[in-house]
Amino acid sequence: MEGFIALYIFMLAAFTGYEIISKVPVILHTPLMSGSNFVHGIVLVGAMVALGHADTTTEQVIGFIAVLLGAGNAVGGYVVTERMLEMFKPSNKDKKGDAS
Amino acid sequence: MSEFLDPKLAGWLIDAAYFLAAILFILGLKKMSHPTTARGGIVWAGIGMVVATVISYLTPDMHNYLLMTAAIFVGGVLAWWTGKKVAMTDMPQMIALYNGMGGGSAAAIAAVELLRLMTGKGLSHDIPAARELAVIGALIGTIAFSGSLIAFAKLQGWMRKVYRFPGQQVFNALVFVAIIVLGFMLALTDFTAWHFIAFFGLALLFGVLMTVPIGGADMPVVISLYNALTGLAVGFEGYVLDNPAMMIAGIVVGSAGTLLTQLMARAMNRPLTNVLFAGFGTGDSGG
Repeated sequence: MEGFIALYIFMLAAFTGYEIISKVPVILHTPLMSGSNFVHGIVLVGAMVALGHADTTTEQVIGFIAVLLGAGNAVGGYVVTERMLEMFKPSNKDKKGDAS
Repeated sequence: MSEFLDPKLAGWLIDAAYFLAAILFILGLKKMSHPTTARGGIVWAGIGMVVATVISYLTPDMHNYLLMTAAIFVGGVLAWWTGKKVAMTDMPQMIALYNGMGGGSAAAIAAVELLRLMTGKGLSHDIPAARELAVIGALIGTIAFSGSLIAFAKLQGWMRKVYRFPGQQVFNALVFVAIIVLGFMLALTDFTAWHFIAFFGLALLFGVLMTVPIGGADMPVVISLYNALTGLAVGFEGYVLDNPAMMIAGIVVGSAGTLLTQLMARAMNRPLTNVLFAGFGTGDSGG
Protein backbone atom coordinates (compact mmCIF):
# COMPACT_ATOMS: atom_id res chain seq x y z
CA MET A 1 0.00 0.00 0.00
CA GLU A 2 1.22 3.51 -0.79
CA GLY A 3 2.52 5.34 2.27
CA PHE A 4 0.12 8.25 1.99
CA ILE A 5 -2.92 6.06 1.32
CA ALA A 6 -2.08 4.23 4.55
CA LEU A 7 -1.78 7.58 6.37
CA TYR A 8 -5.21 8.61 5.06
CA ILE A 9 -6.67 5.31 6.26
CA PHE A 10 -5.10 5.77 9.71
CA MET A 11 -6.31 9.38 9.93
CA LEU A 12 -9.91 8.67 8.83
CA ALA A 13 -10.13 5.56 11.03
CA ALA A 14 -8.93 7.57 14.03
CA PHE A 15 -11.61 10.24 13.52
CA THR A 16 -14.24 7.55 12.95
CA GLY A 17 -13.38 5.77 16.19
CA TYR A 18 -13.55 9.04 18.10
CA GLU A 19 -16.88 10.12 16.56
CA ILE A 20 -18.84 6.87 16.82
CA ILE A 21 -18.52 6.55 20.58
CA SER A 22 -18.44 10.20 21.61
CA LYS A 23 -22.00 10.11 23.01
CA VAL A 24 -21.84 6.83 24.91
CA PRO A 25 -23.75 6.75 28.24
CA VAL A 26 -21.86 5.73 31.38
CA ILE A 27 -23.71 2.38 31.75
CA LEU A 28 -22.33 1.28 28.38
CA HIS A 29 -18.67 2.04 29.16
CA THR A 30 -17.74 -1.51 30.15
CA PRO A 31 -19.79 -3.29 27.42
CA LEU A 32 -18.33 -0.95 24.81
CA MET A 33 -14.82 -1.61 26.08
CA SER A 34 -15.58 -5.29 25.70
CA GLY A 35 -17.05 -4.74 22.23
CA SER A 36 -14.02 -2.84 21.01
CA ASN A 37 -11.86 -5.56 22.58
CA PHE A 38 -13.73 -8.01 20.32
CA VAL A 39 -13.23 -5.83 17.23
CA HIS A 40 -9.43 -5.87 17.53
CA GLY A 41 -9.76 -9.65 17.51
CA ILE A 42 -9.42 -9.12 13.74
CA VAL A 43 -5.73 -9.62 14.56
CA LEU A 44 -6.67 -13.28 14.02
CA VAL A 45 -6.66 -12.86 10.23
CA GLY A 46 -3.19 -11.31 10.33
CA ALA A 47 -2.00 -14.16 12.53
CA MET A 48 -3.44 -16.67 10.05
CA VAL A 49 -1.53 -15.04 7.21
CA ALA A 50 1.67 -14.92 9.30
CA LEU A 51 1.38 -18.63 10.18
CA GLY A 52 0.39 -19.47 6.61
CA HIS A 53 3.66 -18.02 5.34
CA ALA A 54 5.88 -19.42 8.13
CA ASP A 55 8.63 -21.81 7.00
CA THR A 56 11.06 -22.48 9.85
CA THR A 57 10.00 -24.26 13.03
CA THR A 58 10.53 -21.13 15.13
CA GLU A 59 8.27 -19.14 12.81
CA GLN A 60 5.67 -21.89 12.92
CA VAL A 61 5.70 -21.99 16.72
CA ILE A 62 5.35 -18.22 17.07
CA GLY A 63 2.76 -18.15 14.28
CA PHE A 64 0.80 -20.89 16.03
CA ILE A 65 0.84 -18.87 19.26
CA ALA A 66 -0.31 -15.80 17.31
CA VAL A 67 -3.31 -17.64 15.84
CA LEU A 68 -4.14 -19.28 19.18
CA LEU A 69 -4.11 -15.92 21.01
CA GLY A 70 -5.95 -14.14 18.18
CA ALA A 71 -8.72 -16.76 18.18
CA GLY A 72 -8.96 -16.42 21.97
CA ASN A 73 -9.31 -12.64 21.63
CA ALA A 74 -12.02 -12.86 18.97
CA VAL A 75 -14.12 -15.68 20.46
CA GLY A 76 -13.71 -14.67 24.11
CA GLY A 77 -14.38 -11.03 23.26
CA TYR A 78 -17.59 -11.98 21.49
CA VAL A 79 -18.88 -14.27 24.24
CA VAL A 80 -18.37 -11.82 27.11
CA THR A 81 -19.72 -8.84 25.13
CA GLU A 82 -22.78 -10.81 24.10
CA ARG A 83 -23.42 -11.86 27.70
CA MET A 84 -23.09 -8.30 28.96
CA LEU A 85 -25.39 -6.91 26.29
CA GLU A 86 -28.02 -9.55 27.12
CA MET A 87 -29.06 -7.02 29.74
CA PHE A 88 -29.93 -4.52 27.01
CA LYS A 89 -32.44 -6.73 25.20
CA PRO A 90 -34.95 -4.71 23.16
CA SER A 91 -37.82 -6.41 25.08
CA ASN A 92 -37.13 -4.34 28.24
CA LYS A 93 -37.84 -1.13 26.43
CA ASP A 94 -39.28 0.73 29.42
CA LYS A 95 -36.12 0.01 31.43
CA LYS A 96 -34.01 1.38 28.66
CA GLY A 97 -35.73 4.72 28.60
CA ASP A 98 -34.48 5.39 32.13
CA ALA A 99 -31.03 4.07 31.41
CA SER A 100 -30.26 6.39 28.52
CA MET B 1 -6.72 -24.12 -0.49
CA SER B 2 -6.31 -21.24 -2.89
CA GLU B 3 -5.28 -23.58 -5.73
CA PHE B 4 -8.96 -24.33 -6.39
CA LEU B 5 -9.58 -20.69 -7.17
CA ASP B 6 -8.22 -18.26 -9.70
CA PRO B 7 -5.78 -16.07 -7.68
CA LYS B 8 -7.37 -12.91 -9.07
CA LEU B 9 -10.82 -13.97 -7.95
CA ALA B 10 -9.44 -15.01 -4.56
CA GLY B 11 -7.77 -11.60 -4.19
CA TRP B 12 -11.01 -9.83 -5.08
CA LEU B 13 -13.03 -11.93 -2.66
CA ILE B 14 -10.55 -11.18 0.14
CA ASP B 15 -10.62 -7.43 -0.56
CA ALA B 16 -14.42 -7.41 -0.70
CA ALA B 17 -14.75 -9.43 2.52
CA TYR B 18 -12.32 -7.16 4.40
CA PHE B 19 -14.20 -4.09 3.14
CA LEU B 20 -17.50 -5.57 4.35
CA ALA B 21 -15.92 -6.51 7.69
CA ALA B 22 -14.61 -2.96 8.19
CA ILE B 23 -18.11 -1.52 7.57
CA LEU B 24 -19.70 -4.04 9.92
CA PHE B 25 -17.15 -3.30 12.66
CA ILE B 26 -17.75 0.46 12.48
CA LEU B 27 -21.55 0.12 12.36
CA GLY B 28 -21.40 -2.47 15.14
CA LEU B 29 -19.40 -0.19 17.42
CA LYS B 30 -21.75 2.69 16.60
CA LYS B 31 -24.75 0.57 17.56
CA MET B 32 -22.99 -0.61 20.72
CA SER B 33 -22.76 2.97 21.97
CA HIS B 34 -26.57 3.30 22.27
CA PRO B 35 -28.52 1.26 24.84
CA THR B 36 -31.41 0.37 22.52
CA THR B 37 -29.26 -0.95 19.69
CA ALA B 38 -26.27 -2.24 21.67
CA ARG B 39 -27.17 -5.91 21.44
CA GLY B 40 -27.49 -5.85 17.66
CA GLY B 41 -24.12 -4.13 17.43
CA ILE B 42 -22.10 -7.08 18.68
CA VAL B 43 -23.95 -9.40 16.28
CA TRP B 44 -23.06 -7.16 13.30
CA ALA B 45 -19.43 -7.02 14.36
CA GLY B 46 -19.48 -10.79 14.88
CA ILE B 47 -20.70 -11.39 11.33
CA GLY B 48 -17.89 -9.19 10.05
CA MET B 49 -15.36 -11.23 12.03
CA VAL B 50 -16.65 -14.59 10.72
CA VAL B 51 -16.65 -13.36 7.11
CA ALA B 52 -13.10 -11.99 7.38
CA THR B 53 -11.77 -15.14 9.08
CA VAL B 54 -13.33 -17.61 6.65
CA ILE B 55 -12.23 -15.66 3.57
CA SER B 56 -8.66 -15.39 4.91
CA TYR B 57 -8.26 -19.12 4.19
CA LEU B 58 -8.19 -18.16 0.49
CA THR B 59 -5.04 -16.02 0.91
CA PRO B 60 -2.64 -17.13 -1.87
CA ASP B 61 0.56 -19.14 -1.22
CA MET B 62 -0.31 -20.22 2.31
CA HIS B 63 0.56 -23.51 3.98
CA ASN B 64 0.28 -24.86 7.57
CA TYR B 65 -3.52 -25.08 7.20
CA LEU B 66 -3.70 -27.89 9.71
CA LEU B 67 -1.75 -25.97 12.36
CA MET B 68 -3.85 -22.89 11.65
CA THR B 69 -7.16 -24.68 12.04
CA ALA B 70 -5.96 -26.48 15.17
CA ALA B 71 -4.88 -23.16 16.73
CA ILE B 72 -8.22 -21.50 15.91
CA PHE B 73 -10.10 -24.49 17.29
CA VAL B 74 -8.12 -24.78 20.54
CA GLY B 75 -8.00 -21.02 21.19
CA GLY B 76 -11.65 -20.58 20.24
CA VAL B 77 -12.98 -23.44 22.35
CA LEU B 78 -10.96 -22.45 25.43
CA ALA B 79 -12.09 -18.82 25.13
CA TRP B 80 -15.71 -19.83 24.49
CA TRP B 81 -15.73 -22.11 27.53
CA THR B 82 -14.09 -19.61 29.90
CA GLY B 83 -16.24 -16.74 28.58
CA LYS B 84 -19.49 -18.68 29.16
CA LYS B 85 -18.44 -19.97 32.57
CA VAL B 86 -17.42 -16.80 34.44
CA ALA B 87 -19.77 -14.92 36.73
CA MET B 88 -21.20 -11.61 35.50
CA THR B 89 -19.21 -9.76 38.19
CA ASP B 90 -15.93 -11.19 36.86
CA MET B 91 -16.37 -9.73 33.38
CA PRO B 92 -13.73 -6.95 33.63
CA GLN B 93 -10.86 -9.38 34.20
CA MET B 94 -12.04 -11.56 31.32
CA ILE B 95 -11.93 -8.49 29.06
CA ALA B 96 -8.38 -7.94 30.33
CA LEU B 97 -7.45 -11.56 29.60
CA TYR B 98 -8.84 -11.60 26.05
CA ASN B 99 -7.38 -8.16 25.39
CA GLY B 100 -3.97 -9.41 26.52
CA MET B 101 -4.33 -12.27 24.05
CA GLY B 102 -4.95 -9.79 21.22
CA GLY B 103 -1.88 -7.78 22.21
CA GLY B 104 0.17 -10.95 22.38
CA SER B 105 -1.09 -12.00 18.97
CA ALA B 106 -0.08 -8.66 17.43
CA ALA B 107 3.35 -8.94 19.09
CA ALA B 108 3.76 -12.52 17.81
CA ILE B 109 2.93 -11.39 14.26
CA ALA B 110 5.65 -8.73 14.58
CA ALA B 111 8.04 -11.39 15.93
CA VAL B 112 7.43 -13.63 12.89
CA GLU B 113 8.07 -10.70 10.56
CA LEU B 114 11.28 -9.71 12.39
CA LEU B 115 12.46 -13.33 12.35
CA ARG B 116 11.97 -13.39 8.58
CA LEU B 117 14.19 -10.31 8.44
CA MET B 118 16.83 -11.94 10.65
CA THR B 119 17.00 -15.08 8.51
CA GLY B 120 17.48 -12.91 5.41
CA LYS B 121 14.11 -13.55 3.78
CA GLY B 122 12.92 -9.98 4.25
CA LEU B 123 9.50 -8.75 5.38
CA SER B 124 6.49 -10.33 3.70
CA HIS B 125 5.59 -6.97 2.09
CA ASP B 126 8.16 -4.55 0.79
CA ILE B 127 6.46 -1.29 1.79
CA PRO B 128 8.05 1.87 3.22
CA ALA B 129 8.34 2.12 7.02
CA ALA B 130 6.99 -1.44 7.45
CA ARG B 131 9.98 -2.49 9.57
CA GLU B 132 9.70 0.53 11.87
CA LEU B 133 5.95 0.07 12.34
CA ALA B 134 6.48 -3.65 12.99
CA VAL B 135 8.86 -2.78 15.84
CA ILE B 136 6.51 -0.12 17.29
CA GLY B 137 3.56 -2.52 17.05
CA ALA B 138 5.65 -5.23 18.71
CA LEU B 139 6.48 -2.91 21.62
CA ILE B 140 2.89 -1.72 22.16
CA GLY B 141 1.44 -5.20 21.72
CA THR B 142 3.88 -6.81 24.16
CA ILE B 143 3.25 -4.16 26.84
CA ALA B 144 -0.52 -4.59 26.38
CA PHE B 145 -0.04 -8.37 26.67
CA SER B 146 1.88 -8.52 29.95
CA GLY B 147 0.07 -5.50 31.40
CA SER B 148 -3.34 -7.02 30.71
CA LEU B 149 -2.31 -10.34 32.25
CA ILE B 150 -1.25 -8.52 35.44
CA ALA B 151 -4.57 -6.63 35.42
CA PHE B 152 -6.34 -9.98 35.07
CA ALA B 153 -4.33 -11.50 37.95
CA LYS B 154 -5.12 -8.53 40.19
CA LEU B 155 -8.87 -8.53 39.54
CA GLN B 156 -9.00 -12.32 39.84
CA GLY B 157 -7.50 -11.96 43.31
CA TRP B 158 -4.28 -13.81 42.44
CA MET B 159 -2.22 -10.71 43.17
CA ARG B 160 -3.65 -8.72 46.00
CA LYS B 161 -0.59 -6.69 46.88
CA VAL B 162 0.29 -3.37 45.28
CA TYR B 163 4.02 -3.61 44.57
CA ARG B 164 5.96 -0.41 45.09
CA PHE B 165 9.64 0.06 45.78
CA PRO B 166 11.93 3.09 46.16
CA GLY B 167 13.09 4.57 42.88
CA GLN B 168 10.46 2.67 40.91
CA GLN B 169 9.82 5.54 38.55
CA VAL B 170 13.52 5.91 37.72
CA PHE B 171 13.89 2.14 37.26
CA ASN B 172 10.88 2.02 34.90
CA ALA B 173 12.28 4.94 32.93
CA LEU B 174 15.64 3.15 32.56
CA VAL B 175 13.94 -0.03 31.35
CA PHE B 176 11.96 2.01 28.85
CA VAL B 177 15.09 3.73 27.54
CA ALA B 178 16.74 0.32 27.08
CA ILE B 179 13.68 -0.89 25.14
CA ILE B 180 13.80 2.19 22.89
CA VAL B 181 17.52 1.64 22.16
CA LEU B 182 16.90 -2.04 21.34
CA GLY B 183 13.90 -1.02 19.24
CA PHE B 184 16.09 1.30 17.17
CA MET B 185 18.57 -1.56 16.69
CA LEU B 186 15.79 -3.87 15.50
CA ALA B 187 14.39 -1.22 13.17
CA LEU B 188 17.61 0.06 11.66
CA THR B 189 20.55 -2.37 12.06
CA ASP B 190 21.46 -6.01 11.38
CA PHE B 191 20.33 -7.25 14.75
CA THR B 192 21.06 -10.64 16.34
CA ALA B 193 18.84 -13.12 18.15
CA TRP B 194 19.99 -11.64 21.49
CA HIS B 195 18.72 -8.16 20.61
CA PHE B 196 15.45 -9.74 19.53
CA ILE B 197 15.05 -11.68 22.79
CA ALA B 198 16.14 -8.73 24.98
CA PHE B 199 13.69 -6.41 23.21
CA PHE B 200 10.68 -8.67 23.76
CA GLY B 201 11.81 -9.67 27.25
CA LEU B 202 12.20 -6.09 28.45
CA ALA B 203 8.90 -5.07 26.83
CA LEU B 204 7.17 -7.89 28.74
CA LEU B 205 8.86 -6.72 31.93
CA PHE B 206 7.81 -3.12 31.31
CA GLY B 207 4.14 -4.09 30.97
CA VAL B 208 4.40 -5.83 34.34
CA LEU B 209 6.26 -2.92 36.00
CA MET B 210 3.74 -0.42 34.67
CA THR B 211 0.74 -2.33 36.07
CA VAL B 212 1.85 -3.70 39.47
CA PRO B 213 1.76 -0.32 41.31
CA ILE B 214 -1.87 0.35 40.29
CA GLY B 215 -4.65 -0.64 42.67
CA GLY B 216 -7.61 -2.87 41.81
CA ALA B 217 -10.21 -0.08 41.86
CA ASP B 218 -8.44 1.72 39.02
CA MET B 219 -8.08 -1.43 36.91
CA PRO B 220 -11.07 -0.88 34.56
CA VAL B 221 -9.49 2.37 33.35
CA VAL B 222 -6.13 0.64 32.91
CA ILE B 223 -7.74 -2.25 31.01
CA SER B 224 -9.42 0.27 28.72
CA LEU B 225 -6.02 1.87 28.11
CA TYR B 226 -4.46 -1.50 27.22
CA ASN B 227 -7.46 -2.17 25.00
CA ALA B 228 -6.68 1.01 23.07
CA LEU B 229 -2.99 0.04 22.92
CA THR B 230 -3.80 -3.40 21.53
CA GLY B 231 -5.95 -1.69 18.90
CA LEU B 232 -3.00 0.48 17.88
CA ALA B 233 -0.66 -2.52 17.73
CA VAL B 234 -3.16 -4.40 15.55
CA GLY B 235 -3.47 -1.39 13.26
CA PHE B 236 0.31 -1.10 12.85
CA GLU B 237 0.78 -4.82 12.21
CA GLY B 238 -2.07 -4.52 9.70
CA TYR B 239 0.03 -2.03 7.78
CA VAL B 240 3.03 -4.38 7.93
CA LEU B 241 0.92 -7.23 6.51
CA ASP B 242 -0.77 -4.92 3.98
CA ASN B 243 -4.13 -5.82 5.52
CA PRO B 244 -6.65 -2.92 5.43
CA ALA B 245 -9.22 -4.68 7.64
CA MET B 246 -6.68 -4.87 10.47
CA MET B 247 -5.57 -1.27 9.87
CA ILE B 248 -9.11 0.13 10.03
CA ALA B 249 -10.41 -2.02 12.89
CA GLY B 250 -7.20 -1.54 14.87
CA ILE B 251 -7.03 2.24 14.56
CA VAL B 252 -10.78 2.67 15.13
CA VAL B 253 -10.40 0.72 18.38
CA GLY B 254 -7.21 2.62 19.18
CA SER B 255 -8.92 6.00 19.03
CA ALA B 256 -12.31 4.88 20.40
CA GLY B 257 -10.48 3.13 23.23
CA THR B 258 -8.44 6.23 24.03
CA LEU B 259 -11.60 8.35 24.23
CA LEU B 260 -13.32 5.66 26.30
CA THR B 261 -10.37 5.55 28.71
CA GLN B 262 -10.68 9.30 29.24
CA LEU B 263 -14.47 9.07 29.69
CA MET B 264 -14.06 6.28 32.25
CA ALA B 265 -11.42 8.21 34.17
CA ARG B 266 -13.71 11.27 34.11
CA ALA B 267 -16.63 9.17 35.39
CA MET B 268 -14.42 8.32 38.38
CA ASN B 269 -13.66 12.03 38.82
CA ARG B 270 -9.94 11.47 38.31
CA PRO B 271 -7.59 12.60 35.59
CA LEU B 272 -5.98 9.72 33.68
CA THR B 273 -2.45 10.71 34.67
CA ASN B 274 -3.49 10.38 38.30
CA VAL B 275 -4.65 6.79 37.74
CA LEU B 276 -1.47 5.81 35.90
CA PHE B 277 1.21 7.59 37.85
CA ALA B 278 -0.19 8.08 41.36
CA GLY B 279 1.38 4.77 42.40
CA PHE B 280 4.76 5.74 41.00
CA GLY B 281 4.66 9.03 42.89
CA THR B 282 4.11 7.43 46.29
CA GLY B 283 6.82 4.89 45.55
CA ASP B 284 9.25 7.72 45.02
CA SER B 285 8.39 9.66 48.15
CA GLY B 286 8.80 6.44 50.13
CA GLY B 287 12.38 6.16 48.95
